[in-house]
Amino acid sequence: MADGDKQALAEFRAEIADWIDRTAPPEIRDRDFSEDDICWGGKRFVFASDGQKAWMEACAERGLTAPMWPTEYGGAGLTRAQDKIFKEELDRLRVKKPLDSFGLWMLGPALLAFGTEDQKKHFLPQITRGEIRWCQGYSEPGAGSDLASVQTWAEDKGDHWVVNGSKIWTSYADKADWIFALIRTDRDAPKHKGISFMLIDMESEGVSTKPIKLISGKSPFCETFFTNVKVPKDYDGLSSIVGEENRGWDVAKHLLTHEREMIGGGGSGLTGGRSVGTVLADEGQSDPVILSRAMKLEVDSIAMALTLDRYKDLAKQGGVGNASAMLKYYGTELNKDRFELLMSAGGSEALKWESDAHGTLAPEWLRTKANSIEGGTSEVMLEILSKRVLELPAR
Amino acid sequence: MTTLVATEDEVMLRDAAHGYLDGAAPVRNLRENREAGRGFDPKVWAEMVEMGWAGVLVPEDQGGSDMGFAAANILAEEMGRTLVSSPFLSTAVIAATALRKAGRDASRIASGEAIYALAVDEGPKFDPDGCALRAEAAGNGFKLSGAKTFVAEGMSADRVLVLARAHAGLTLFDLDARAAGLSREKMDLVDSRDHADLTFDDVEATGEDVVGEVGDGMGALAPALRAGQAAVSAELLGLSAGAFGMTTDYLKERKQFGVVIGTFQALQHRAAHLFSEIEVTTSAVMNAGRMLDEAPDEAELAVSLAKARASETAGLAVREGVQMHGGIGMTDEYDMGFYMKRARVAAEWLGDYGYHAARVARARGMVA
Ligand SMILES: Cc1cc2nc3c(=O)[nH]c(=O)nc-3n(C[C@H](O)[C@H](O)[C@H](O)COP(=O)(O)OP(=O)(O)OC[C@H]3O[C@@H](n4cnc5c(N)ncnc54)[C@H](O)[C@@H]3O)c2cc1C
Repeated sequence: MADGDKQALAEFRAEIADWIDRTAPPEIRDRDFSEDDICWGGKRFVFASDGQKAWMEACAERGLTAPMWPTEYGGAGLTRAQDKIFKEELDRLRVKKPLDSFGLWMLGPALLAFGTEDQKKHFLPQITRGEIRWCQGYSEPGAGSDLASVQTWAEDKGDHWVVNGSKIWTSYADKADWIFALIRTDRDAPKHKGISFMLIDMESEGVSTKPIKLISGKSPFCETFFTNVKVPKDYDGLSSIVGEENRGWDVAKHLLTHEREMIGGGGSGLTGGRSVGTVLADEGQSDPVILSRAMKLEVDSIAMALTLDRYKDLAKQGGVGNASAMLKYYGTELNKDRFELLMSAGGSEALKWESDAHGTLAPEWLRTKANSIEGGTSEVMLEILSKRVLELPAR
Repeated sequence: MTTLVATEDEVMLRDAAHGYLDGAAPVRNLRENREAGRGFDPKVWAEMVEMGWAGVLVPEDQGGSDMGFAAANILAEEMGRTLVSSPFLSTAVIAATALRKAGRDASRIASGEAIYALAVDEGPKFDPDGCALRAEAAGNGFKLSGAKTFVAEGMSADRVLVLARAHAGLTLFDLDARAAGLSREKMDLVDSRDHADLTFDDVEATGEDVVGEVGDGMGALAPALRAGQAAVSAELLGLSAGAFGMTTDYLKERKQFGVVIGTFQALQHRAAHLFSEIEVTTSAVMNAGRMLDEAPDEAELAVSLAKARASETAGLAVREGVQMHGGIGMTDEYDMGFYMKRARVAAEWLGDYGYHAARVARARGMVA
């Protein structure tokens, strides 16, 4: 790296660290991460504290809820290197992320790649300001791993569509304002060729949701029903379809690569800068078998964090394509191992739904089991790697 | 830190190395060396010297090419791919780093005139701190007595870097391999390379022979060991990729039940898992090279991470390699066995998985 660049990045670091330190309210710093720290945004979101709200708004003001998005769409236009520094400084100062949402992780990248200028100008800033919360309507009872089999159908009525069918496993559908959904718009075309990527207001008449309870005791996801839902073809000049009609599969796949990277990243083993190894050390763990498992996990977690970093740089330079399925596969399996280990280390104390020593470790452990299912199962990731990356023949 | 993606120069270096080694030193070359009873092919080493590889870490004013640790790793990785044996690691990486750190001349390494071996181990496990070989003060110098084992390039070396315990503490010596009282015996290891047991019987050394300070042998040796550990990790990574490439080729070619075996999902998913392990290890190895170049004093964790990961990944790559080849994988005639044998030796050399995982754990404050 040229010295001039280094100098500029050092200045950026000093400036952003100073800003974070001055701006971040006490409620969202200097604590271990808990689920309440996730700021989802949206019309109906109940902030955990005034500080959480103020922090989100201050970051949104500077585009820092979506650091790498272009400034004209509500981002901060940071480079990869600057974005890394921003995250490092948040970690170092023990300050929580200002906003997390399906809009940021999934819809945004898809709109940036496939949306019209008008769609981007309208929808992206709503996401970065935390005004609209999105949910993902992909899976159906008969279409899970075989996602292109979706049956939810939109009938063409000239200036609008009429949507009928049902989605399942729709995370936070009951809390979301809008849904991006895979809807069949041509029932005669081959299965990948008749799907559109549609944006639907959850307040539309005929949309209803029913929560499903998970093994972790929480019910973050729902069945979502569409009964004669009228979806305008355009919202005041904005198309309700992203990309071309019947070419929604391309958009869906692009979005999935971002979703998979994000889920895989959750398994890097470092939350708030603390690794499982250091957590165990703080607890004074001395069981040799647990320590040896922890060492292996520590080695693998650091190497995985480096790999996420390397893949982000590769992606910047022209893409990693299907190899990103590796991040999802490896990261989620690692995350599951990590929670298995924490449970073993915690013994009977960790088995409580809520423990003084371990907080909500038990339900979190249960929740990690979904990591290798949601966003495409581990087996499906291995299918993608073996067929598309290693080019092993299909049967 | 610079990104973990290869720079243009690095891509060029890799292509050049790949092109040369494919032609000059395919796995067949290792087989020929074995039949001829030699640890490496002097002609191949002479050509590497010619290309500046021996001087990869030697300053330019001493005739080196001074390309840095990331570059040395790339060369080692490419050598691993086709199991090239050469004194590269012990001489061009380890000895060159130790001499440089101590401010000694390394021009004879760059020119190919001197092959170096490193004599540290005394027991079956890597443990430099446990060094017991004695260096007794005698007149103006020292007399060395004791034994070393697992000395790579021990039989062909012209010079030996030997770690000894003097009154003042651990001290590193740079000795003539043909010194009186120093005897060498071939250690016949599974990888068919040049390894030796060394016995020191009152071997005389002068103050001139001390690398760095008396009592501070680790001052020069520790950075040299880190460089060697990083480079052998790179070799193991290349070896993993080489074995994996052979395996996926075979999956696309071998037919059973009327179809190629690569259509079986049980094998596909194991191959895809191995691909993932290799990718993750690639990041760790890249990171070690970058850290050695950019922040050498903080590189210990990165190097141990790379050695731990690379040892594990290579082990998996060769075990899956043999298994997925079926019976042919077990034959001496087929090359996969060579990968398995070298992987085992390289995983053990300079500290195995357990040694390095424990170092990572210590660096992370997990254990005392
Ligand atoms: C917590 C959670 C949140 C989710 N959130 C959302 C959401 O917000 N929106 C949304 O649309 N969906 C969501 N999903 C759904 C998720 O994407 C699906 O569950 C997933 O794609 C798997 O589909 P399925 O459940 O139908 O399983 P199936 O596809 O029926 O799979 C059953 C088993 O068969 C295996 N299998 C399937 N095909 C193959 C194959 N070709 N080779 C080998 N094995 C195979 C699978 O790996 C799995 O082990 C969520 C799921 C969970 C658990």
